[in-house]
Amino acid sequence: MEQFDLSLVNWSRAQFALTAMYHWLFVPLTLGLSFIIAFMETLYYKTGDEEWKRITKFWMTLFGINFAIGVATGLILEFEFGTNWSNYSWFVGDIFGAPLAIEGIMAFFMEATFIAVMFFGWNKVSKKFHLVSTWLVALGSNLSALWILVANAWMQYPVGMHFNPDTARNEMHNFWEVLLSPVAVNKFLHSITSGYVLSAIFVIGVCAWFMLRGRHQLMVKRSVTIASVFGLVTSLFLLVTGDGSAYQVAQKQPMKLAVMEGLYEGKEGAPLTAIGILTPGKQYDDSKDPYIFKIQIPRLLSWLGYRSGDAFVPGVKDVIEGGYVYRDGNGNERVAPSVEQKMAKGKIAIGALAEYKKAAEAGDSSAMAYHKKLLDENFEYFGYGYLNDPKSVIPNIPLTFYSFHVMVALGFLFIIFFIVMLYLVLFRQFKVKRWLLYLSIVMIPLAFLAGQAGWIVTEVGRQPWVIQDVLPTVAAISRIDTSAVQITFFLFLVIFTALLIAELRIMFKQIKIGPKEGGK
Amino acid sequence: MADTTYIFLQQYWWFIVSLLGALLVFLLFVQGGQTLIYTLGKNNTERTMLVNVLGRKWEFTFTTLVTFGGGFFASFPLFYSTSFGGAYWVWMAILFCFTLQAISYEFRTKPNNFLGQKTYEIFLFLNGLLGTILLGTAVATFFTGSQFSVNKLNLVSSGNPVISSWETPWHGLEAALNFHNLSLGLAVFFLARTLAILYFMNSVNHDVILERSRKHLLYNAIPFLVFFLTFVIWLMVRDGFAVNPSNGAVFMEKYKYLHNLLQMPAVLVLFLVGVVLVLWGIGKSLLSKYSKGIWFAGFGTVFTVLALFLIAGYNNTAFYPSTFNIQHSLTIYNSSSSKFTLTVMSIVSILIPFVVAYIWYAWKSLNVKKIDEDEIKTESHLY
Ligand code: HDD
Ligand code: HEM
Ligand code: HEM
Repeated sequence: MEQFDLSLVNWSRAQFALTAMYHWLFVPLTLGLSFIIAFMETLYYKTGDEEWKRITKFWMTLFGINFAIGVATGLILEFEFGTNWSNYSWFVGDIFGAPLAIEGIMAFFMEATFIAVMFFGWNKVSKKFHLVSTWLVALGSNLSALWILVANAWMQYPVGMHFNPDTARNEMHNFWEVLLSPVAVNKFLHSITSGYVLSAIFVIGVCAWFMLRGRHQLMVKRSVTIASVFGLVTSLFLLVTGDGSAYQVAQKQPMKLAVMEGLYEGKEGAPLTAIGILTPGKQYDDSKDPYIFKIQIPRLLSWLGYRSGDAFVPGVKDVIEGGYVYRDGNGNERVAPSVEQKMAKGKIAIGALAEYKKAAEAGDSSAMAYHKKLLDENFEYFGYGYLNDPKSVIPNIPLTFYSFHVMVALGFLFIIFFIVMLYLVLFRQFKVKRWLLYLSIVMIPLAFLAGQAGWIVTEVGRQPWVIQDVLPTVAAISRIDTSAVQITFFLFLVIFTALLIAELRIMFKQIKIGPKEGGK
Repeated sequence: MADTTYIFLQQYWWFIVSLLGALLVFLLFVQGGQTLIYTLGKNNTERTMLVNVLGRKWEFTFTTLVTFGGGFFASFPLFYSTSFGGAYWVWMAILFCFTLQAISYEFRTKPNNFLGQKTYEIFLFLNGLLGTILLGTAVATFFTGSQFSVNKLNLVSSGNPVISSWETPWHGLEAALNFHNLSLGLAVFFLARTLAILYFMNSVNHDVILERSRKHLLYNAIPFLVFFLTFVIWLMVRDGFAVNPSNGAVFMEKYKYLHNLLQMPAVLVLFLVGVVLVLWGIGKSLLSKYSKGIWFAGFGTVFTVLALFLIAGYNNTAFYPSTFNIQHSLTIYNSSSSKFTLTVMSIVSILIPFVVAYIWYAWKSLNVKKIDEDEIKTESHLY
C-alpha cells in the first residue's frame, strides 16, 4: 500500500493554520467594534451631540484599518480549500460550498456596500440613512461569521448528509439540519460573543491609555461606559455559550473532551481540572500519573459534560478501547466500539465502495445493491478505514489541554475585569488607579490570546479528522509537491507579518492622534 | 431517464457563475485603473483623486471575486477541487496580488504606515498587472484545456485517495506559456485599463485628467482590440471539446465554439450586442466630448464575457477540458453539486435582485456629484 506523504499533510496544515489564525486576529474586532460604533452613532442620532459624532468617527477609523486586513486574509482562506484541500473540496463540497456561497451573496455584499456609505456618506446621505448603513455593516459582518461557522460546525458534527456511491461524495439532504445543528448554534453564538468581549476590552484598553495621558476625557468616559456594559453582558453570555460548546463536545467528540481535560481514564463523577500541569511524555496506556500538579473540582466535569454529577466521562483510553455506554445522536444507548473495531468497519465500507464501483461498471445490479447496503451499514466509520494505527486518533494533548485552560481562565478573568470597571464607572466617577489602567492595556493582548486558544482547542482537538469520523486530514489534501506548499507558507508568513506590523503601526499612530477636533 | 429539473438547475447555475464572472471582468476596471495612477496623475493631488475614485469601488471587485469563488465551489465543486488544487501556482499568484490590494487603499496615506506610500502604490500596480493577466489566462483554459486527470476510484485506495491530479509538474504555470491563453490575458489587461479610463472620465471633475484620459484611451483601446480579436478569431477556428449527450463521452469537434454561437442565436446576439456596445462606448468617448462611455462599454463587457462563458459550458460542451485524457474533462453535468444543494442555492439566489437593488441605491446616493479637488481637501476619510 502506498504511504501518505506526511510532510505534505503537515505543511498544508501549517499553512492553513497560519492563515486562519491571522484571519482570526482581525475578525473578532470587526464583529464587536461594528456594534459598538453603531451604538455610539445611535446616540449621536438621538442627541445630535457633535461629541458623539467625533467619538463614532474615531472608532470607525480604527475599524477601517482592521477591516481591510481581515478581508485580505479571508480571501486566501476561501481559496485554500481548493488549492490545499482539494480532495476535501470534492468529498464534501456539496454541503460545505453552499454556506460559502450564501455568505458571499448575503453577507459580504452587504458589508461592502454599506461600509462605503459609512465612511464616505457623512455629508452625502441623510443622518438616518447613514445610521441604518452603520447597523447594516454590523449585521453583515455578523452574518459572514454565521455561515462560515455553520460550515465549521458541520465539520465537527456532520449531519444532514448521506454518502452517494455513484458520485463518490457526500450529498446534502437536509439544509436545516446543517444550519440548526446544536453544534452550529453554540459555535456561532460563542464565537461572535468572543468577538464582542474582545472589542469591549479593546475599547477600554485604548481609553485607559488616554486616561494615563489625561487626554480626551469626555470621549473616554462615554466610550468606557458603553464598553463596560457591553463587555459585562457579553462576557456572561460567553460563559454560557462556552459551557454549551463544551456540552456539545462531550456528546459529539468524546476524544476531544478527554484531551481538553487531560482525562486518560474515564470515571463516573469525573472532576474538572481548574489548574493543572501535565506529566510530560505520558502515553495513554502507561501507568504514570497524568498530572504533576492539579487543583480539581469534584464531579464538575460529569455535570458539565452530561448534566449529571455521577455520569461516566470516557477518557482517552476508553475511547480507544471502547466498551462504555453512551447515547448516540438519536438518544439511543449504545456500547462504544473500540477504535480497532471502527477501523475494521471503515475498511469494510471502503472495500464495499470499491466493489460497488466494479459492479456498476459491469452492470450487475444485484451486486451493486449488496455492496451499497454494506457501505451504508458501515459508513458511520468510513474515515477510520484510512487509519493504520488506533493511537493516531489521539490529538496533541498538551496543546489542546493548555489552550483550553488558558481560554477558560481568561474568560473568568474578563468577567471580573468588567465588573470592576463598571463599578468604577458607575460609583467612583472614574477614579481608576494607575496600575488598573496599565492592566487594562495588558488585557488587550490577553483577549486575542483567548480567542486564538479557543480555535486551537477546536481545530487541534479535532485531529486527526477534518470531518469527524468521516474524513481524516491525511486524505483531504491536494496532490502537489511539499516544496510548493513550503514556498507559499513562507510567502504568506512574510507578507502577513509585514502587513500586521504595518497595521499595528498605523493603528498606534491613529490612537495617538486621537479623535479629530471639530468632527471633521 | 434524464432528470430535467436537475439539468435545468445545472444550467441555471452555470448561468449565475458566468454572470458573476462577467461582472468580475467588468469590475476589473479598478485593477486597470491601478496601473494608470502615474500615467494619468502627474502630481500628488491628481493621484490622490484617482486613487480615491477607485478606492470607493475596490471592495466590489473583491467581493465579486470572493462570491464567484464561493458560487463556483458550491455549484461545481469538482471544478474547484480540480483546478485550484492543480493549477496551484496560477491561483496562488492571483491570491497574492489581491491580498496586497486589499490593504493598500486603507494603508496608503496613513501616517506611520511602515512600508511607505510608494510601496502601497507598487502593490496596487502589481495587482492591476498580474491580477488581470492571470485571471484572463486562467479563464482561457476553459477553451484550451489543461493537463489533469480525475479518478473518483482513488478514494478507495487508502494510501493515495486524492481524486484530481495535475499531470504536469508546472502546476498551472504552463497555462501562461500558451499564446492563445495569453492573448485573452492581455486582452483583459488592456480592457481593464480602457474601462478604467472611461470610468475616470465619468467620475473625476478635472480638465487636465480628462484630456490625458482621452489620449490614453486610444493607446489602450487599440492593443485591447488586437488581442481580443486574436483570441476570438482563434477561438472560432479551433477545435472544441464537445460532449455526446447520450453517453457523456467527450470528443473533438471542428469549429465547436463557432457552432455554439450559431446554434444558440440568443448567445450570438448577446455577444454581438456586447461587442458593439464596447466599441460604441470607446468610439463615442474618443471622438466627442462625451464622458459617459463607461455605461456602454460596461454593459457591453458584461454581455460579451457572459456570452463567452455560455459557449464554454452550454450546448454539450466541456467547460473545463482535460488535454491529458479528454474523457476526464469537466462538464456542467459531471462536476455539479447534487440536485438538493442546487435547489437550496437557487432559493437563496432569489435574494440577488435585492442585493443589486440596494447596491444601486447606495451608490446613487454616494455619487451625486463627481469627485474634484475640493472634495479631496475636505473629505475626512481619504485613501
Ligand atoms: C475572547 C475569547 C474567548 C473566551 C474568553 C472564551 N472563549 Fe471559548 N472559544 C472562543 C473564544 C473564547 C472562540 C475563539 O470563539 C472558539 C473557537 C471555536 C469556537 O467555536 O469558538 C472557542 C471555543 C471553545 C470551545 C470548543 C468548541 C469546539 O471544539 O467546538 C469550548 C468548549 C469553549 N470555547 C468553552 C469556553 C468556556 C467554558 C469559556 C469560559 C468562560 C470560554 N470558552 C471562554
Ligand atoms: C478563524 C478561525 C480559525 C482558526 C484560528 C483555525 C485554526 C486552525 C488550526 C490551528 C488548524 C491546524 C490544526 C492542526 O494542524 O492540528 C486548523 C486546521 C483546519 N481548519 Fe481551522 N481555524 C479557524 C476556522 C476554521 C473554519 C471556520 C473552518 C472551516 C469552515 C476551518 C477548517 C479547517 C481545516 C479544513 C483545517 C485543515 C485540516 C486540519 O489540519 O485540521 N477552520 N485550523
Ligand atoms: C476558515 C474559514 C474562513 C474562510 C474561508 C473565510 C473567508 C472570508 C473571506 C473570503 C473574507 C473577505 C470577504 C470580503 O471580500 O469582504 C472574509 C472576511 C470576514 N470573515 Fe472570514 N473566513 C473564514 C473564517 C471566519 C470566521 C471563523 C469568522 C467569524 C467567526 C469570519 C468572519 C469574517 C468577517 C466578520 C469578515 C469581514 C472582514 C473582516 O472581519 O475583516 N471568518 N472571510
